Amino acid sequence: MANPSRKSEAREALPDPLREALGAFLTALADDEVLLGHRDSEWVGHAPILEADIAMASIAQDEIGHAVLWYTLLQELGWPDPDRMAYFRDPPEFRNATLVELPRGDWAFTVVRQFLFDYAEKVRLEALMASAYPPLAEAATKVRREETYHLMHSRAWVLRLGDATEESHRRMQAALDLAWPHALGLFEPLPQQALLVEAGVKPPEAELQSRWEAEVRPVLEAATLRVPTGAPVYGGRVGRHTAHLSDLLADFQKVARSGLGETW
Amino acid sequence: MALTPEEILAALEAVKDPEIPTVSVVDLGLIYAVRVEGEAVEVDFAPTFVGCPALVAMEREIVERVQALGVRSVRVRRIYRPPWTPDRMNERARAALRELGIAPPPAAPVEGAPQAALPLAPEPAALELVPCPFCGSTQTRMENLFGPTSCRALFYCQACQQPFEAFKPV
Repeated sequence: MANPSRKSEAREALPDPLREALGAFLTALADDEVLLGHRDSEWVGHAPILEADIAMASIAQDEIGHAVLWYTLLQELGWPDPDRMAYFRDPPEFRNATLVELPRGDWAFTVVRQFLFDYAEKVRLEALMASAYPPLAEAATKVRREETYHLMHSRAWVLRLGDATEESHRRMQAALDLAWPHALGLFEPLPQQALLVEAGVKPPEAELQSRWEAEVRPVLEAATLRVPTGAPVYGGRVGRHTAHLSDLLADFQKVARSGLGETW
Repeated sequence: MALTPEEILAALEAVKDPEIPTVSVVDLGLIYAVRVEGEAVEVDFAPTFVGCPALVAMEREIVERVQALGVRSVRVRRIYRPPWTPDRMNERARAALRELGIAPPPAAPVEGAPQAALPLAPEPAALELVPCPFCGSTQTRMENLFGPTSCRALFYCQACQQPFEAFKPV
């Protein structure tokens, strides 16, 4: 994940409270992607069919690439470099939604989680393309185009498995029941949200959530799945995580923290 | 001695995509601009896919090639807007891809159009009429949206019964 050191031109123009808020937001974006990318990569060599295996490898690579992009924007604001952010923080310092830290589960859970996440990313990126912070707007324009392939893939799998067989339906419904409250956690507002909204960096999370629901509900219904009614699982955006995050990081950060100075 | 952007661009013809080693970054349309300011050179470089692991290698080689011209200070800026689109690839790149058995992406129909005319995202329909790089038939079907690299998908030609790869429109 090495990145050339970047000059911090972007941060000069911002007042401190807004810079802090923007940093918290970029951290959340990056943490979501790097951890989901890691969970996706756990399928490499294990997916049910070869095509799915290749897809998960490619999606994992994309998500981690997007994480590096968000971490790089963060670095331009004065934060540590991407490797330090990814490999040398402890669970309470992560700002990801709990959805992405849950274990990979079965194939149904993987499909449902990816679907819910991809559409959340879609509505978020489309909103960020109009962000008042130009580096964010530029990056969102690019990433949104790439997401097209993730959306096509995860939507197709949801529709395929939702009503394929009794077993696939049962597993998909169980996956949705588990994932949905955590997916709502993707829209947990950051403590600094008001500042970001006021500065035109991003719309309120509630607005993104309603756009997201308008996109995912019809697909889930077409897949004969019932959307659960449950309270969102919040906490991830303020560093309160499930125990699964520690397990994930123990694996993900092991090599970087071994002290042996491995590099790619 | 002051170099011109054209001289630098000519030197960058030697920088290839390591995953498609016969195609240069210039022919792929990844170099958006070259600026010479006194002793310093700045190159604007656009990724096809943000997560492409070859980006770092290509950027390193761009720096090395420009340094080899006697330039001390070289900076590569990654550009995301306007995003790279297939219409930036020239005919030489398209021919080289076909040669490797990779169908080039359909050129975006908006060539030369202002950025506002660029659709938000590639149209999935663009994946439906990909001509086979071996026989030219359009009797092809997409087998997998994802392939050996982020920028390639897997196809099958029903006419000549060859599997092939296609560069994804993005």
